[in-house]
Amino acid sequence: MPRRERPLSPFLIYRFDYTMVLSFSHRVTGLLLAIGALVLAWCLVALACGPAHYARFMGILDSWMFKLLLLGWLFSFFFHLANGIRHLAWDLGHGFEKSNARMSGWIVLITALVLTAGYVWMALGRHGGVP
Amino acid sequence: MNSGASSSGVPHWWWQRVTAVLLVPLGLWFVFSLLRLDVLDYRYVSDWLTHPLNALGVALLMLVLSLHSQLGVQVVIEDYVHDPARKRFSLVLVGFAHALIGVIGVVAIIRIAAGGAA
Repeated sequence: MPRRERPLSPFLIYRFDYTMVLSFSHRVTGLLLAIGALVLAWCLVALACGPAHYARFMGILDSWMFKLLLLGWLFSFFFHLANGIRHLAWDLGHGFEKSNARMSGWIVLITALVLTAGYVWMALGRHGGVP
Repeated sequence: MNSGASSSGVPHWWWQRVTAVLLVPLGLWFVFSLLRLDVLDYRYVSDWLTHPLNALGVALLMLVLSLHSQLGVQVVIEDYVHDPARKRFSLVLVGFAHALIGVIGVVAIIRIAAGGAA
């Protein structure tokens, strides 16, 4: 009796591709930004509570850990924005071919990095620190 | 009510796209406004937020952002949390947190804008 080909598991069929990493990153940056939204709401409450509360809130932000977080949020914002526009283009039926998806993936990553670097550059010039 | 994995079907998909499109100008405007603001100066920031257009912009941002975030996080939970009880618990928790972000954000802005010299 000849051995028949057995169906392969999806894990063996789909080759790992960095376009997958990119699409997963959309979720990760989105979750980070959701936490950022919470902190932003907290910031507005501190602002509404008056100068003392606001100063205390900004004092918490003025630490290395938070500056790193702000940098993470900044990159997440630009990445999620650029990749989101890519997703919207797909929804409209553009650029879904594999070569285009690859190319636009690289464009998204480079755009996010350049915008983040440019923003930090300008922020350092304005008030000597990431806002 | 029960129309697919997201349990809301097309409206969910549609609102996620509508809020995404709205967030492109709103988000860029807000992030680059921060660049021009001296964020450490309470007076400066509250004056900026007292300006009607800025207050409207940030209020709109908080509402659209919380809705977009809610729709996105909801999908992530539905995809990765499989235990029904845990799924329901996290969905309620996340829904509550997002409602809080939207409502509290807008209330705070109204207080800042109305208070002026607080």
